[in-house]
Amino acid sequence: MANPGSQMRGKVAFIGAADTEVGKLPGRTPMELCAEAALKAIDDAGLKKSDVDGLLSCSSMAQPLMYPAEALAEYLQMFPRYCMAVGAGGGTTFSAIHHAASAIVTGMADVIVVAMADSMRSGLTRDQAMQVQATTGHPEFEQPYGPTVPAYYALIAQAHMAEFGTTSEQLAGIAVACREHACLNPAAQMRDPITIEDVVSSRMIADPLHLLDCSLVSDGGSAVVLCSAERAAELRDDPVYLLGAGEGHTHEHISAAHSLTTSAAKEAGERAYQMAGLGPKDMSFAQLYDCFTPTVLVELEDLGFCAKGEGGAFVDSGALKPGGSLPVNTHGGLLSHSHPGNPGSMFALTESIWQLRNTAGERQVSNAQHGLVHAQGGIMSSHTALVLSRDGG
Amino acid sequence: MNKLLPPETEVSRPFWDACKQGELQLQQCQSCDRLQFYPRAICSHCGGEGLLWRPVSGRGKLASYTIVQRGISRAYEAPYYVVLVDLEEGVRMMSSLVECEPGEAEVGAKVEVLFQDWGEGHVLPVFKLRDE
Ligand SMILES: [Zn+2]
Repeated sequence: MANPGSQMRGKVAFIGAADTEVGKLPGRTPMELCAEAALKAIDDAGLKKSDVDGLLSCSSMAQPLMYPAEALAEYLQMFPRYCMAVGAGGGTTFSAIHHAASAIVTGMADVIVVAMADSMRSGLTRDQAMQVQATTGHPEFEQPYGPTVPAYYALIAQAHMAEFGTTSEQLAGIAVACREHACLNPAAQMRDPITIEDVVSSRMIADPLHLLDCSLVSDGGSAVVLCSAERAAELRDDPVYLLGAGEGHTHEHISAAHSLTTSAAKEAGERAYQMAGLGPKDMSFAQLYDCFTPTVLVELEDLGFCAKGEGGAFVDSGALKPGGSLPVNTHGGLLSHSHPGNPGSMFALTESIWQLRNTAGERQVSNAQHGLVHAQGGIMSSHTALVLSRDGG
Repeated sequence: MNKLLPPETEVSRPFWDACKQGELQLQQCQSCDRLQFYPRAICSHCGGEGLLWRPVSGRGKLASYTIVQRGISRAYEAPYYVVLVDLEEGVRMMSSLVECEPGEAEVGAKVEVLFQDWGEGHVLPVFKLRDE
């Protein structure tokens, strides 16, 4: 039987978290945003950059570098003994956290900063933006047919609708719930309330996905600081503990997925819950990867918050909204907070840390005890789920 | 401006050559008899290296579909279908659905292959709805 991860459970904690501004930030490079986020997160942890001996980052589309983590260390004049860039698309953030936790447990580093930024909104030329679209998918057996990024996710939505009777209005309900959270978050990029009618009457992008079923395109950066649970307890009285982590990987290309309506979020979640010794019912909130509304639908089911096929009804129940039984994407998500590309889920992570510190202001989930965060990369290809908690026991 | 063209490899060339002859062919493993798509140098099931090319029916069903409303480049005139087809022989492939108006396709619909010039001598398999 696979190792359930008891060596990692509760042994690592988050002691720093910071975001830059998000949205449209012309004239600021990804490196500048990444450096700002890293320094702010180190400051939030009450540490100096010389206390940090591990650094993880990711590549940026607007400023492609061969060795982005080393470049960030150089920019900040940091000299870590553990340094690596992770590339797993939208799943990058939590794959990096899983690695960082392992590095702390095994002694590769004592204090690790994970910092990521990109300028998808202001930093890409038109040709680069087109390139991002055209290089998703299998170059020989998918790309020639001209699928856009929304088209891949539309295939998932259409299959879910056909199999389970899910409706466009139910998908729209996900976008509306994220926007309701964003309305309570002064940092979110989109803060005007929207209705289901607004979503389903917005421009069709790839049937059945409308413009408001699609996430934002943003600039922004974010960073967190991790260390051992012991050290964390000395440094602050509200560390946030990593209780569970799990991954699942089934394919890269959507045409090779085993299922269009069940993803490896299922395995990722099962592994994370098993390590944590907790289940979906124990979660005070969930931050679910929402590049397009159908991903949230599938993830709600795969991560055990409702039965397979009942995601639409679960959305209808209002569970995802502020004050609901399972608030989802309490910062507004990729749909309404920001989506600067690979770093997108960093903002779901910093938000979860603030929720579990009880410092999330107007959008604070009452009595937040445990939270699940999930991200996926590729086209529902590589999934990582983390269980975070106020409680290290 | 050209459409994106498939970068053929030594392994995949028989697939594309068959398309030019108006035939859909898949690799079949001599060790375990399974068909596979896309073409690979080994059988992804058993690792067998003996792979033969076998003509298949070209008939299947839509596993899913979407209509792209804004094309990926000027070479792709929107709206156009992007579909996933489950062939009768048990493999899935991405393709286009042609000769089909918006609103006519549905998941599970029966389709059959035809072949389209894609430019610069390339011929791609696409699908159309199949009448009973
Ligand atoms: Zn075989």
